[in-house]
Amino acid sequence: MKSLAELAAIKEKMQNKVVLREGSSDTRVVVGMATCGIAAGARPVLNAFVEEVGAAGLAGSVMVTQTGCIGICQYEPVVEVYEAGKEKITYVKMTPEKAKEVVEKHLKGGKVIDEYTISKV
Amino acid sequence: MKELSLNILDIAKNSVKAGADTVYVTLTETADTFTMKISDNGCGMKPDFLRTVTDPFSTTRTTRKVGMGIPFLKLAAEQTGGSFSIESKHESDYPEDHGTVTTAVFNRNSIDFTPLGDIVSSITTLIQGSPDIRWIFSHTMPEGEVELDTQELKEVLGDVPLDNLEVVLWIKGYLEEAYAS
Repeated sequence: MKSLAELAAIKEKMQNKVVLREGSSDTRVVVGMATCGIAAGARPVLNAFVEEVGAAGLAGSVMVTQTGCIGICQYEPVVEVYEAGKEKITYVKMTPEKAKEVVEKHLKGGKVIDEYTISKV
Repeated sequence: MKELSLNILDIAKNSVKAGADTVYVTLTETADTFTMKISDNGCGMKPDFLRTVTDPFSTTRTTRKVGMGIPFLKLAAEQTGGSFSIESKHESDYPEDHGTVTTAVFNRNSIDFTPLGDIVSSITTLIQGSPDIRWIFSHTMPEGEVELDTQELKEVLGDVPLDNLEVVLWIKGYLEEAYAS
């Protein structure tokens, strides 16, 4: 059974990590979660990013956040990737499988997956 | 929406946008009914706006925080023979106790009843997206109850935010276990 003691252990661990996290590159993954996004399947896409970023060991440098309607509802689920010093990348018609690939190739490997971006649809 | 849990996620986000610091997501099931109630202490809505929120076409861009979400939920409830209501007190009229309560009652035996679906994902997503809000979730079923109050987690976590990845995964696991037992 999950216990609050486990949560306390997480707290201990995180407090030790705070020092390490400072100065790491700042990448933000933003998932559109308005009615349009949710209806198109944004929830599993968001969850895939949260889990895969953790599995890839990127939790310290990549932040996964939610936003409202990005304005291109027909392309939902839409995911934007902001990296310091680089142009924003907009991935469209996302799925959990594509999210996993984006984590591996783009966030970890540094290579944008052009075929999933808005300029290629 | 394919699952009621997606409507819940969508409607609860209105509470976030209304600036609430406490949001209750309360689900109550009996053999025949499923009731979802979302109540918040956000800014609330003025009577004129409240009257129009169930109409998708009366929504203008400046009041877009409602849009299709509420009409979808109202339709989903009413098509099962259930009911929908929304009550709100705007902060300008009720400086002390403002907020909104949205209630939808579904007839579970209707062929048009949408299954609840992955409620654990919806609750986890709400907490991850708005970690500073106090989320009080409860789901009462004939076979038992599942509850989560993020205030209790915050007391343990101190400075570590609720959207910390390991915390999010713990919450997800906690809820999954609570439903399984």
